[in-house]
Amino acid sequence: MTHKNHTSRREFLRTAAAATASLALASPSLAQSPARVVVIGGGFGGASCARALRQLDPSLDVTLVTADRQYVACPFSNEVIAGDRAIEAQQFTYEKTAAAGIKVVVQMAQTIDPQARTIGLADGSTLRYDRLVLSPGIDLRFDALAGYDEAAASRMPHAWKAGEQTLLLRRQLEAMDDGGVVAIVVPANPFRCPPGPYERASLIAHYLKTRKPRAKLIILDSKDAFSKQRLFQAAWQELYPGLIEWVALSQGGKVTSVDPATNTLVTDFATHHVQVANVIPPQRAGRIAEIAGVTDKSGWCPINPVSLESTQVPNIHVIGDACIAGAMPKSAFSANAQAKTCAGAIVALLAGATPTSPKLINTCYSLVAPDYGISIAGVYQPRNGLFADIEGAGGTSPLDAPRDVRAREAIYARSWFETIGAEVFG
Amino acid sequence: MKTLRTSLAIGLIVASAAPVRAASAPPPGAASCSGCHAATSQAIPNIYGRDADATRSTLLAFRNGSMPATVMTRIAKGFSEDEIGSIAAWLATQK
Repeated sequence: MTHKNHTSRREFLRTAAAATASLALASPSLAQSPARVVVIGGGFGGASCARALRQLDPSLDVTLVTADRQYVACPFSNEVIAGDRAIEAQQFTYEKTAAAGIKVVVQMAQTIDPQARTIGLADGSTLRYDRLVLSPGIDLRFDALAGYDEAAASRMPHAWKAGEQTLLLRRQLEAMDDGGVVAIVVPANPFRCPPGPYERASLIAHYLKTRKPRAKLIILDSKDAFSKQRLFQAAWQELYPGLIEWVALSQGGKVTSVDPATNTLVTDFATHHVQVANVIPPQRAGRIAEIAGVTDKSGWCPINPVSLESTQVPNIHVIGDACIAGAMPKSAFSANAQAKTCAGAIVALLAGATPTSPKLINTCYSLVAPDYGISIAGVYQPRNGLFADIEGAGGTSPLDAPRDVRAREAIYARSWFETIGAEVFG
Repeated sequence: MKTLRTSLAIGLIVASAAPVRAASAPPPGAASCSGCHAATSQAIPNIYGRDADATRSTLLAFRNGSMPATVMTRIAKGFSEDEIGSIAAWLATQK
């Protein structure tokens, strides 16, 4: 009880201090501008953070820099690939973001000067910041897999950033003859959406089973284990027996080179000629992170998990897929949770207060069929510079759950997407 | 003390002018809830503006396994009784 009282009093004083500081900054009589926070990246992380900043402190001057007028969401894009969903259901715009008092700047950020705290945009203009949030998502590494460069992606789609690539993979599946082989090439960890390749395999299998029953799907994996593995494999056995073949790293699953001209995938053990090749290459933080100097040798961004601030460059925070978040997976849910934590920390820091240690939740749903959902959840707190799992919490859906539980989780998955879409963009 | 009173007064003014969710900083964990829960969602219940005791006992029942759920049983285990109390109290003040 004592501890609780202490916490709430400190919390209250911090809130009061933040309010005082923001009022002081907003007051014209003091001839000071409001604190400027710039967020680069208009996805689930960046757009969430901009909104949360304005909600926590409406006096803040918040700018969202995003490369496109439209955002195409990755969660549920596997349903578009499988033909169960229109791409329009994945598209979001920033009108409501702007209506919330956020300046939306549709430009590529090209340079960042952490000393001067300035950002250079593609049109030659400059933005100044007191605090900068980078939520740049991922860049696909077109230098990491022999033969797989940007041109190869137009023949062998990655579809790991939603949009035209998603539709390309859809068209290839539609055009494929019954009896064809679809391959999904999966990279080693870490990468965006750890269960994503296996959800994709499941939903493509659902399409093949109903429309091209003689076709097969092979997963060539650079890993020996994957997220929700036992749940996926049990469901494949039940729903798609004999249709999906998973080749693990130790079975020769690692693809070492590709030839887009002949749709060939080469491993140390075999050469696979396939009709549709979905190559998900290794990834790294979006390019602007490297420009800002916040990436380490791994290509990802180390952060302080209390504030999400870069451990390498002061006043720059990194959230979402680009940051090194320990046990938290690279998911839209994580990015949204980190964004709200980061916004709270920034409001505290601008007021000269110390951010309190947060707890964050992640829940990732995967569809194995349109009416068959499974999930993994976790609760995290800062420990040793990372987000660590809270022991005893989280985990996957039970292996032995009846079908009505799977059906409910599929409904919850859809409900989650609608809610988070509305929270972030609506 | 005068400074503190002034701060508190300003804090209240700001709180009343801001959107409801800005009234107080969420306790640890509570900011994540809105990823799934909203006033508008049909399948997933709205948890905002509900009686704090009701939310608290539901979360505690998820935590000790006496109330079945798909995912909340796994999430509630990540929070202490005190943390659950703070989250429930904060959610009750939100719309």
